[in-house]
Amino acid sequence: MNEPVDTFDTSGAMAPRESGALRISVRTAAIMLAFTVVFTALMAGAYVVTAPLVTASAQKEKLNLIGEVLPSALYDNALLDDWIEVPPIKELGLSDAARLYRARKNGEAVALIIEAAAPDGYSGHIGLLLAVKASGELLAVRVTEHRETPGLGDYIVPKKDKNKAQPWITQFNGLSLATVTPERWRVKKDGGRFDQRAGATISARAVTNASGRALAWAVAHRDKLLALPPNGRFEETRP
Amino acid sequence: MSAYKEIAWNGIWKQNTILAQLLGLCPLLAVSTNFVNAVSLGLATIAVMMLANFAISALRALIPYEIRIPVFILIIAALVTVVDLAFNAFLHDMYLVLGIFIPLIVTNCIVLARVEAFAAKNGLRASTFDGMMMGIGFVWVIALLGAVRELIGQGTLFSGIEMIFPTLSGIQVLPADYPGFLIAMLPPGAFFVLGLLIAGRNWLEARTNRRVLAQRLMQHSSVTT
Repeated sequence: MNEPVDTFDTSGAMAPRESGALRISVRTAAIMLAFTVVFTALMAGAYVVTAPLVTASAQKEKLNLIGEVLPSALYDNALLDDWIEVPPIKELGLSDAARLYRARKNGEAVALIIEAAAPDGYSGHIGLLLAVKASGELLAVRVTEHRETPGLGDYIVPKKDKNKAQPWITQFNGLSLATVTPERWRVKKDGGRFDQRAGATISARAVTNASGRALAWAVAHRDKLLALPPNGRFEETRP
Repeated sequence: MSAYKEIAWNGIWKQNTILAQLLGLCPLLAVSTNFVNAVSLGLATIAVMMLANFAISALRALIPYEIRIPVFILIIAALVTVVDLAFNAFLHDMYLVLGIFIPLIVTNCIVLARVEAFAAKNGLRASTFDGMMMGIGFVWVIALLGAVRELIGQGTLFSGIEMIFPTLSGIQVLPADYPGFLIAMLPPGAFFVLGLLIAGRNWLEARTNRRVLAQRLMQHSSVTT
């Protein structure tokens, strides 16, 4: 902005051309600003209109997913209302506070629904949902979100798995740390007991290790988690 | 050749975005691991290219030449965002399948290239038609690439189609005990197959050119003798 003003002051002959250029610059900037405002408003409007629908379908998806790890016949409480807030816990791999749900039948604790994440997927973190029985047995694991390579690492999601009869992720069903020691809770390539698919070991390793860590954490803090009042907050006590 | 015929021919073959212009390779190579993914991305790309060409052709009188590129990018990014949100809200089942591909379209420089080369200079109908034809040119190449990679890599075709049409299912083309050929699924396989496709196109073009040349020579010699 300074330069045109300087030339304007020192050389009268230059003045008309320079002020013309200045006018064009200001006009161009104003047009750019107008486009930015209009299209930002368009995006903001689209966001406002779609946000409630998007949240509602995310909630529905969560219930569907919980249904996949925990059959609805196993519990009779209002699952989404019996939650405990957990701070970001290292073993669960979470970076934000999350909710953990408690399934009960006739008042008896049946299972914990835990969100966890594997930080070391092939491209970014892999979100997981685990159902851990009160006995310490892992009912099932599902992937909630991932960015693994389509057609290669995405077999960790049963829908994308070529093996429809026995999708990869179902091999964790019904296992516990009493039957599989933490040292064996790894993929075969790392000396453990879980299969991986050739060429996409990283995805399998990330899910396997993260589900093992989350299961161990859930078992270790089981009593405390089940004893908390509904809608309470779990505090980590480090020795 | 009428103007529309020429636009169609340019989009599908002569100036094909991938085989001739080699544009938009990033999403092309990343998503062509199987046929269904490839076609899904392709269809989303057609929609965005038509919308972008339409919008910019309509607004072209208002856009100063000096700042056209930032304005184009702004419009394309805004349109893709709106399409992404609308898909998520109103066609949620479809979004679960196609959703990850929609933001990828922004990385496809072919959208900007067509807006700059065509829509900024032509009328609404021709521009929208150009967007569609360039998109179709993209779809058939990415579909072929996806099919070849899926067949060589896994021995199947159309796997994953049940996510779009629940009644259909993929076909096991090669014997079920086919061990798979991993490199076809990995990025190098995409480059190999794409290289072969481009070589094939060049070969066809060269053959056509030779024929035309030979015909002209024949005519020429028959006239002179």
